[in-house]
Amino acid sequence: MDGQTAIKVEGICKSFKETKALQDINLEIKHGEIFGLIGPDGAGKTSLFRILTTLSLADSGKASVNGLDVVDGYAGIRRSIGYMPGHFALYQDLSVEENLNFYATVFGTTVAENYDTIKDIYSQIEMFKDRKARDLSGGMKQKLALCCALVHKPDVLFLDEPTTGVDAVSRKEFWAMLGRIKDSGVTIMVSTPYMDEASLCDRIALILAGKIIDKGTPADIISRYPHRLFAIRGGNMFRILKELKVHEGIIRCSSFGCECHVAVTDNGPDASSLLDILEKSGMQGCRVEAIQAGIEDCFIGLS
Amino acid sequence: MKEVTAFIKKEFMHIFRDRRTTLIVLVMPVVQIILFGFAISTEVHDAKVDIVGDPGDPSVQQVVRSIRHNRYLELGEFLNSPSEVNGRIRKGQTMAAICFEDRFDVKLAKEGTASITIISDGADPNSAQIVTSYIKGVIASEQFTVSSSMTGGSQAMRPNVQLMYNPAMNSSYNFVPGVMGLILMLICSMMTSVSIVREKEMGTLELVLVSPVKPFWIILSKLTPYLVLSVVNFISILLLAVYVMDVPVNGSLALLSLVALIFVGSSLGLGLLVSVISSTQQTAMLLCGMGLTMPTMMLSGLIFPCESMPVALQLFSDIIPAKWFIIMVKKIMIQGAGLTSIIKELGILSGMMVFLLWFSIKKFKTRLS
Repeated sequence: MDGQTAIKVEGICKSFKETKALQDINLEIKHGEIFGLIGPDGAGKTSLFRILTTLSLADSGKASVNGLDVVDGYAGIRRSIGYMPGHFALYQDLSVEENLNFYATVFGTTVAENYDTIKDIYSQIEMFKDRKARDLSGGMKQKLALCCALVHKPDVLFLDEPTTGVDAVSRKEFWAMLGRIKDSGVTIMVSTPYMDEASLCDRIALILAGKIIDKGTPADIISRYPHRLFAIRGGNMFRILKELKVHEGIIRCSSFGCECHVAVTDNGPDASSLLDILEKSGMQGCRVEAIQAGIEDCFIGLS
Repeated sequence: MKEVTAFIKKEFMHIFRDRRTTLIVLVMPVVQIILFGFAISTEVHDAKVDIVGDPGDPSVQQVVRSIRHNRYLELGEFLNSPSEVNGRIRKGQTMAAICFEDRFDVKLAKEGTASITIISDGADPNSAQIVTSYIKGVIASEQFTVSSSMTGGSQAMRPNVQLMYNPAMNSSYNFVPGVMGLILMLICSMMTSVSIVREKEMGTLELVLVSPVKPFWIILSKLTPYLVLSVVNFISILLLAVYVMDVPVNGSLALLSLVALIFVGSSLGLGLLVSVISSTQQTAMLLCGMGLTMPTMMLSGLIFPCESMPVALQLFSDIIPAKWFIIMVKKIMIQGAGLTSIIKELGILSGMMVFLLWFSIKKFKTRLS
C-alpha cells in the first residue's frame, strides 16, 4: 500500500465555545511514513488527534483514515488504529501484564499472537510485568502505553505527545523504536512540542493556534527559510537582544538557550559587522557564527 | 464475548484492589443493617416513670405492679407533688410521671371517677408519645380491672387494638426493607457512576472507546460487577434480617428476589445516568449522595410516612424507585403478599427500570464530548 494515502484531512475546523481550536486543516499522510505534527501546547494537536481517532467530531470538513471516513466509518477505524493519548491512560491499579492482556483482549487478539510486534519494546519492561502501572517510571509507562497501542497490530498509530515529560535518553530510545515500528509497515502520526524531534520525522506539519503554518519534509521546510542566520554566544543575552533588535537589517533575534539566533536580511550586516555592533556598544567577548536554520528557527520565522 | 469477560474481570480487580471500595461494597451493608436494626431504633426500652400519689392506695399499687412487669417501662420514684416532676424530667432522671389525684381511691369509690395526669417530656416528642401510649395502655388495663372489681363487672366500651403483621411493634420490620433499598441503590448507582466517571477522569475511557468493542458492551461490562455484588448484598441482608433481626420472610422468596432484581436494574440505570451527566468523581458522588440517597431516605417512606407529606412531596416521592421497592418488600416479607397484590408497584418499578436503562444507554457518549 506504499505511496497511498493513509490519513487525509480536508478543511477540518473545530471550535470550543469562542476558541477556534482548528481552522481549515488540510493534511495528507502517506502509508508507512512517520508524520510529525509539531507545535506548542494549545496549538490544537490533541484536538486533531481526537478527530482522527473518532473520539470527537469536527465542526466542518472531512477526514479519513485508511480510506474510512472518521464519522461514518468510525467502527472500522477503531479496529485498525492504535492510539496513545497525551496523558497516561492505562489502569494504574493493574499490573503491566494485566494492562497488556486487557488491551489485547479488548482489541480482539492475544499477547501471544502478536508478541512479535511488541517484543522489541515489551522485552525492556517484561521484568517488571507484575508491577502495578502506577509504580512505573515515566519512560517505562511510555513503553507500556506503546505496547498497549501496538498489541493488536494496527495499520496506523496515533501518538499524541509521546515524549512529553520523558528524559532525554528515553526520548532517543523511543524514537529509535518508532523507526523500527515504521519499518514494519505501520503509518505513524506523532505530535510533539519539541522542535528537535522534527528532523526524526519523514514529513512534518507545523501547527500554531489551530492553523497549519507550513508542511513538508524537514529539509524542505529548512530550505525555505528565507534569511541568513547567525548564532551569537557569550555576553549578556538580554543586552544583546535589546541592542540588536533595534538595528537596521536585522529581522529578528531570539534567544535559544545560551545562544541568540539573529535573522538578517540579504543586505544586512554579516558576522563581523554584527560583532562590531556589539563591541561598539561595550559588549566584549561575544562569538558570532553563521548557522543553518533549524525547524525552530523556521517555526519562529513563520509565527 | 471474550472482550466482555476481560472487561468484567478488570472491573472486579478495580473493586477488590481498592480496600476502600471493597469496604463500601461488602462491609458497609452489613454494618448499616446492624446499626439500623439495633442501635438506631424508634422503640423505647426501660423508660423510667415516676409516680405522684399515695403509695398505699390500692389503685396506685396496681399500676406500680403493672409498670414493674411491663418490659418497656421501669418504675422511677414516688414523688409527693406534681411540681417535682418538672425538675426530674429536666435532669433526665425520668421520662414521664403518672400523677394520681389526691385521695384517688376514695374519690373513685365515692364518685365513680377520678383523674390521672400523665406528664411526659415534650422536648423529645417521638419518645414522649411512645412512652405516653405505653402508660395509657397500662392504665387502661388497670382501669378495667379496677372498675370491674369495684362496680361488679359493668364493662365500659374499650377499643381493643390489634397490630397485624407486627404485634410487637418491632421497628426492624420497617428498617430492614428500607435499608435494603438504600444499600442496593447506593451500591448500584453510586459505585457504578463513580467507576465510569473515574475512567472518564483518568482518561482510560478514551482508550477503551477507541477499541472495537461496542459502547453497549462497555456499559454492560461496567454494570455486571455491581449487579453481582448487589446479589451478594441482597443475600447477606436477607440472612441478617431473618436470623439476627427476626424479620420473617412471609411471602415468596422468588418474588422478593425478582423485585430486588428489578430495583437493582433501575438503580444501575440511575447510576449510568449520573455518570453521563457528571465529568468528575466528586460531581458523581454529590449527585448520588444529595440527589439519590437523601431523597430516598426522606421521601421513600423509610423514615417519614409518605401519607403525611404535602401533596407536592407525595408526587415527587412517586418518582423515587426506592419507594416502590420498599412498599413491595414490606408487602412480601411482612404481609406475605403474592404477585397479585403488588402488581401495580411492580409495573411502575419495571417501567422505571426500562426507561432509565434505555435512556442512559442512549445518552452514553460513544465519543468524548
